[in-house]
Amino acid sequence: MSTVATATDPFRFIGCVELRQSLDQRATDERELLDRLEDVPSGSVFYHTHGYFLRHRPITTAYGNDFAAWVAVHVRDQVLAERLAVINPFEFSSLEALREELLSAVHDHLVHLSVVPRVEYGEVFHFQQSHIVEVPLGSAAATLAEFRQGLAEVDASAIYYHMVEARARLGRRSGDFAEWLRTSLGMTALAERIQRIDAYMTSLERVRARVLALVDTALEEGA
Amino acid sequence: MIAVDDYRRVAPPGAVDIILRLAEHVRGRRFLHVSGGRFGGGAAEILQPLVPMLSDLGIDAAWEITGGDPGFYATTTALRAALTGTERALTDEALDHYVEMNRVNGKKLNLEADLVLVHDIQPATLIEHRPGEGRWVWRCHFDASRPSRRAWAFLRPYINQYDAAVFSLPKFARRLGIPKYVIAPSIDPLSDKNRELSPREVTTILRGLGVPQDKPLLLQVGPFTPGEDPVGVVDGYRLVKKYYNVRLVLAGTGDAERESVETLAELREAAHTDPDIVILELPPDAHLQINALQRAATIVVQKSVHEGFGLGAAEAMWKGKPVVGGFAGGLPQQIVYDVTGYTVHSVEGAAFRIRHLLNNPELIARMGAAGREHVRRSFLITRHLTDYMALLIHLTR
Repeated sequence: MSTVATATDPFRFIGCVELRQSLDQRATDERELLDRLEDVPSGSVFYHTHGYFLRHRPITTAYGNDFAAWVAVHVRDQVLAERLAVINPFEFSSLEALREELLSAVHDHLVHLSVVPRVEYGEVFHFQQSHIVEVPLGSAAATLAEFRQGLAEVDASAIYYHMVEARARLGRRSGDFAEWLRTSLGMTALAERIQRIDAYMTSLERVRARVLALVDTALEEGA
Repeated sequence: MIAVDDYRRVAPPGAVDIILRLAEHVRGRRFLHVSGGRFGGGAAEILQPLVPMLSDLGIDAAWEITGGDPGFYATTTALRAALTGTERALTDEALDHYVEMNRVNGKKLNLEADLVLVHDIQPATLIEHRPGEGRWVWRCHFDASRPSRRAWAFLRPYINQYDAAVFSLPKFARRLGIPKYVIAPSIDPLSDKNRELSPREVTTILRGLGVPQDKPLLLQVGPFTPGEDPVGVVDGYRLVKKYYNVRLVLAGTGDAERESVETLAELREAAHTDPDIVILELPPDAHLQINALQRAATIVVQKSVHEGFGLGAAEAMWKGKPVVGGFAGGLPQQIVYDVTGYTVHSVEGAAFRIRHLLNNPELIARMGAAGREHVRRSFLITRHLTDYMALLIHLTR
């Protein structure tokens, strides 16, 4: 389909706000991290991995998830921090599969240690989860040009909602942008390129810029 | 009155639009705040701008305060101190009187709302008088993680009657039988304490305070109590002073507690022997003076050893200042290490980081700018408002 195609079902941008909830589980050393990680609700695994992407700001040092950040900054165990940081949550088909990978990383690390690394001068790790409140942003797009304009203007939380929340928690594995471009505008190649964007270890604004660049290319090719 | 739209020039891009969209979902819903007073710091300081903002958004917002006699206030003060880990005597008689006074408050106040947010200790036992409808949430503004056993044993059964609780940090919470949400406090960037001031205004205010601007200024703002460790700040300043000709200003409030009086006497003695140590005992409403001091500072210090959330760090970062803070309370959550300042564990650590910054002035500018952006995204009232509306939506769907 061409870049001037008009969708019968417009894309509606949705932003989100995260309401954080503290759980009663906490960890003061890596053994407790392992034990609690096994028990906490899957929503907590999501919060500390995918959710990091919503909260992370480019000014802070990147660790990819809260577990790696805690181990690096507060336990000061750079080896485990590296092993946890490299786990890309977007590669897993389910939160349970992601949990298993995190558990394996901590377990395999502890097997080779005679002393369990613990917090001495830092902060205890508190497990949390979040409730996402959806915020329809009003803007709707029926064409690729309108989609581009809307995407450039919406709050960054919309990038998170459509690219992360939709994939990991709402079961829409392609992400909302790719899915709409494929099914409503018939732009399969562009949809696949957007679906392949590596959202790990970057910022929402960078992901927005990458999607916009791909859309711009498609618009130029179609012009 | 300041409107929500006025915050567009200070909030992150898109933040006000998200607030307006959220408001569409809860327009007309009744959101009641209940606190112990309308003035002072803590809950009252943030509710003063927040409640009118909620009303501006079309939410049916209200703010009720509890009243009481001197016995009531003495007990709630002691109870709060005990809940933050300070030793206090709490008699059954005094606690019974506190509960009884809130029974009277419960009859006087209009407590009908879709969501009732009860702030801190004074109104906490009002939960026993909740009307049939509406969700009730206890908002705890202090660190309740290490309370005295007796104080917590008294309060916990009341808190467990609420539908949920809100704490400023996960580590400030205790185990409860109800959901615990986490909402960090915030600063109001348009208030007298944080609004922009011209260099001329800053100079005029500092002149009025008797603080010359002829050398780099180190500043700590906070009560003259051991928890804020102003004596430790003086010790750190002395280590810095060997290498840099700086001035130290300690600005804050004292109280009648023995420890506070002793701390202030020690600070005055230090100032007596060193004209570059300035002790400013200010009234609680000296917001413009604090604002000007923070803007005039080269580096802001918050070397607390025991701290609540410690929003002074966010205030300083909002003014583009790097912060050297103690590893206590909410300071590690606000100060991004090596990006917006440093958290330290000792007097020597504070002195080392202050010297490090003075020796690398470009770092001061870079960290100051990063700190301002960090606060813009995480600690402004616009984020706080968004969180409260999310709570309202989540609990009253």
